[in-house]
Amino acid sequence: MDFFFTHPLGILILTVVKALALLVPLLVGVAYLTYAERKVLAAMQLRKGPNVVGPFGLFQPFADAIKMLMKETIVPTGANRVLFLLAPMLTFALAMIAWAVIPVNDGWAIADINVGILYLFAISSLGVYGVIIAGWASNSKYAFLGAMRSAAQMVSYEVSMGFVIVTVLLCVGSLNLTEIVRAQSTIWFAIPLFPMFVIFFISTLAETNRAPFDLPEGESELVAGFFVEYSSMSFALFFLGEYANMILMSALTTILFLGGWLPPIDIAPFNWVPGPVWFVAKICLCLFTFIWVRATFPRYRYDQLMRLGWKVFLPLSLGWLVLTAFVLKLAGWLPA
Amino acid sequence: MIATLSFYAFAAVLIASAVMVVTSRNPVHSVLFLILAFFNAAGLFLIAGAEFLAMILVIVYVGAVAVLFLFVVMMLDIDFAQMREGFQRYAPIGAIIGGILLLELFMVVTVWRFAPEAAALRLNPNPEGVTNAEALGRILYTDYIYLFQGSGIILLVAMVGAIVLTHRDRPGTKRQDVGVQVARAGTVSVRSVPTGAGLKEIGIERPPSPDDEKPRQVEHQHGGHH
Repeated sequence: MDFFFTHPLGILILTVVKALALLVPLLVGVAYLTYAERKVLAAMQLRKGPNVVGPFGLFQPFADAIKMLMKETIVPTGANRVLFLLAPMLTFALAMIAWAVIPVNDGWAIADINVGILYLFAISSLGVYGVIIAGWASNSKYAFLGAMRSAAQMVSYEVSMGFVIVTVLLCVGSLNLTEIVRAQSTIWFAIPLFPMFVIFFISTLAETNRAPFDLPEGESELVAGFFVEYSSMSFALFFLGEYANMILMSALTTILFLGGWLPPIDIAPFNWVPGPVWFVAKICLCLFTFIWVRATFPRYRYDQLMRLGWKVFLPLSLGWLVLTAFVLKLAGWLPA
Repeated sequence: MIATLSFYAFAAVLIASAVMVVTSRNPVHSVLFLILAFFNAAGLFLIAGAEFLAMILVIVYVGAVAVLFLFVVMMLDIDFAQMREGFQRYAPIGAIIGGILLLELFMVVTVWRFAPEAAALRLNPNPEGVTNAEALGRILYTDYIYLFQGSGIILLVAMVGAIVLTHRDRPGTKRQDVGVQVARAGTVSVRSVPTGAGLKEIGIERPPSPDDEKPRQVEHQHGGHH
């Protein structure tokens, strides 16, 4: 047993096993998120949704995956071959590596690093490169327009997201994700910082290019935006990356505002349930809201999107940050 | 051993990608190599124990600054023939600046010495018992607060300046003001409608506007003979 904790090779093997234990359920989760999205949208639109492949259509994600694998990968003649193939891999890889720091339970993180939240913020801000590179390398007008929109959109919403994260960090006094969750053992940050919670959730919608902010792929005007030219597996990687990012952002919302693995109230029937179950349940709640929003709201116009980001969220989050700092300082609640 | 190996790996990729930034023909490739260079610099920071700086480097330079670079460079319409035109003329100036920088680097390595007080701190980026971010904050927000705020103000002035220089007020453009739209009376109304009956059936075709007098009486189209 000592081999796994002391010998370098043992540590390597242990890390790989841990990573697989996290990524395999994650990928199954991604597959079933696509199914859940179609079922929930169908229910909200009074349809049946996928119901043919397997019982209740449960094997639909696998049918889709096999179909994607069987299709031909087409690289357009005018495309920049290397970058064209690099972009989907980048998107997918970034969506996966961010999970290295997510604590599923107290102490259950692959890497419980000091600057966990900064790491997540850095990785999520890199997501835009997959989109930009795809749009540029495709050598297509629609793809390029989608990429331009995405670049401007992601940079705009990252600023207010950063302020929201700083506000939470002020209340915690640490950049470590486990510490952030532990700090919420008395009260979840969603309650005292409710406006920040709303801003953060809407910003994650914009950050993952989900409806109503799915302008980069707006099918009515840009066909499919940055991934028009992609087919088969390269398309599937974008698709997987987008859904994995949705789960990641839900996990981040859960950690920052909904108390991570902590039960809602620390009394008998609630604290019998193990932490990871709460964590997954909270992620599912966020994901359901993602889908609910998609079924409810029409797509934003581009100038409205920019207005919301720069003229509403930025001043609001900055103001709330200053207010929080004042309250913490004057009430003497600043963490040591 | 792993730290040494990864140091050489990061340093080698950093230098190689820095060379590619200057030599690659396509400016978009240059920016992408620049991003790779930033990444490897962040890796070097990590090895030195400065994890906060490494993450901030990625967030600020890779996540924001380089995105804007890429944004601009992708939209450039570059004429390569025109770019090479001035090469002969500017080559001596470039060579002189490069020579001076090389000389300075040489001096850093050979002639300059660390101050004796700083020599002890050099190998110890993390003071005892404090995290990286905290150690930086203690210096930045106490001893150097005025310089810190000053640099912030300079950036703000640059930002305001850029907006002032590029902002034009064209006459005749229509702008959307959400506040005015929401405050306008009589545009939105909520009514309770019996189930199974459309709005037309109870005589409402559109929300009453202050300009109209009464809503028009709806003609019921029963269609065909009964």
